[in-house]
Amino acid sequence: MEILANIINGASLGSVYAIIALGYTMVYGIAKMLNFAHGDVIMVGAYICFCAVSYLGLPALAGVVLSVIGCTVLGIVVERLAYKPLRNAPSLNVLITAIGVSYFLQNAALIIMGSDPKSFSSIIALPALQLFDGRLTISATAVITILACVIIMVALTLFTTKTKMGKAMRACSEDRDAAQLMGINVNSTISMVFAIGSGLAAIAGILMCSAYPTLMPTTGSMPGIKAFTAAVLGGIGSIPGAALGGVLLGIIEILARAYISTQLADAVVFAVLIVMLLIRPAGLLGKPVNEKV
Amino acid sequence: MLSVYNINVWYGAIHAIKNVSFEVNDGEIVALIGANGAGKSTTLKTLSGLLRSRSGSIKFMDTDIMHAPAEKIVEQGLVHVPEGRRIFQQMTVEENLDMGAYTQPKETIASNLERVYEHFPRLAERRRQIAGTLSGGEQQMLAMGRALMANPKLLMLDEPSMGLAPILVEQIFEIIQALHQAGTTILLVEQNAQAALSIATRGYVMETGTITLSGSGQDLLHNDDVRKAYLGG
Repeated sequence: MEILANIINGASLGSVYAIIALGYTMVYGIAKMLNFAHGDVIMVGAYICFCAVSYLGLPALAGVVLSVIGCTVLGIVVERLAYKPLRNAPSLNVLITAIGVSYFLQNAALIIMGSDPKSFSSIIALPALQLFDGRLTISATAVITILACVIIMVALTLFTTKTKMGKAMRACSEDRDAAQLMGINVNSTISMVFAIGSGLAAIAGILMCSAYPTLMPTTGSMPGIKAFTAAVLGGIGSIPGAALGGVLLGIIEILARAYISTQLADAVVFAVLIVMLLIRPAGLLGKPVNEKV
Repeated sequence: MLSVYNINVWYGAIHAIKNVSFEVNDGEIVALIGANGAGKSTTLKTLSGLLRSRSGSIKFMDTDIMHAPAEKIVEQGLVHVPEGRRIFQQMTVEENLDMGAYTQPKETIASNLERVYEHFPRLAERRRQIAGTLSGGEQQMLAMGRALMANPKLLMLDEPSMGLAPILVEQIFEIIQALHQAGTTILLVEQNAQAALSIATRGYVMETGTITLSGSGQDLLHNDDVRKAYLGG
């Protein structure tokens, strides 16, 4: 039973990684950039929800909605101000800018919210699930996190295959110039992807802090890096890959924590990435890129 | 229909297009021929808004499109089939055609799709197939079909015969003529000067970024300089 509980907790943590990784992978797919500030959007989302619920006394759902709206706007603004002017710049410049945005967000949070950790009260006030005569307890947060991840995956898949905007997004990811020749406005499509990714990051932040309730300006950076690892593990640019990579990574992390060592759990996670990059650099579901000579 | 006046395009420090002027009239097939690197594709990319000219003017149907973004230019009916086809490899044939109709109102899509399948019955057979698995000729047909979905008034084709077997080249040129007869004006960029000039109303010869010669398709086909340089004597 213990291992089952660990796997479910791992899947729950992994669902958070998956939701964050979706943002990474979609932005990478369309803008061909690694948005290292993505993890810090999670932190901003969690703070917005925290402020709405703890300081303004709003109901949890209102906190979630405000947080999603806030992060969506933040994503669009960051893209417009920091990344759009670098559209045709070398990718290293964009990468450094993204790291700069990451520091900016962390330090802005430090100034506004202070350095002391805030205790995030879970937005999910449901009793834990008891299975097998109480031998297996699953927290409601874990169930809802996994459900949220599944719903988001299905919604995103439908969006990218059935809607005009979603198909335009795939077209832009594949060939930006050709998409422009179809009459697709590439700038507004990229803007939309940042909006979706950042809105999802807000949800991920709230779900994560509901399970692990310490909230500080640096809360987003480690999950951000792990989600990036998940995106690479699954195959960066691939939406199902991000989900698969995220869930796998979460399970690996929790199992490593339970059966190997709490201290070494993170090292195990990153070791998985290194092994993956050595064996199959394109990731689990990524398409190998043939070098053209 | 299209008048290009004195455009100059740079790639960084390289002056790729130098004072190029030409025009395309309603109902014509105009061929732009020249060797590799002469600036033909650059010219088309500038017309469709992917590249910018530093001077001069580009007028399409009497509106200035020189500063218009690429997506607005497509809306006006100036549609570009790029070199190398550039179809969306991971999307299905029909999704590719849908993308071609991105600027079109919903009502016209079904009838356009029918028209494209009439011109290219092969695409209808393969509508659910992933485009990257099509043969070269089919991919070229898809690229042209996708452009037709945008209701072009002027269709710009960049090297439609590139990399195709002679029998397919013939077929592609037959389709170009059929599209022309159905009322589409065509600007054709080709290295296959023989094939291009023999169906063209008029033609221009480009060399290292400038237009060096112009005339009717037949005149150019029999011009000594053109014969020496592009038609193998």
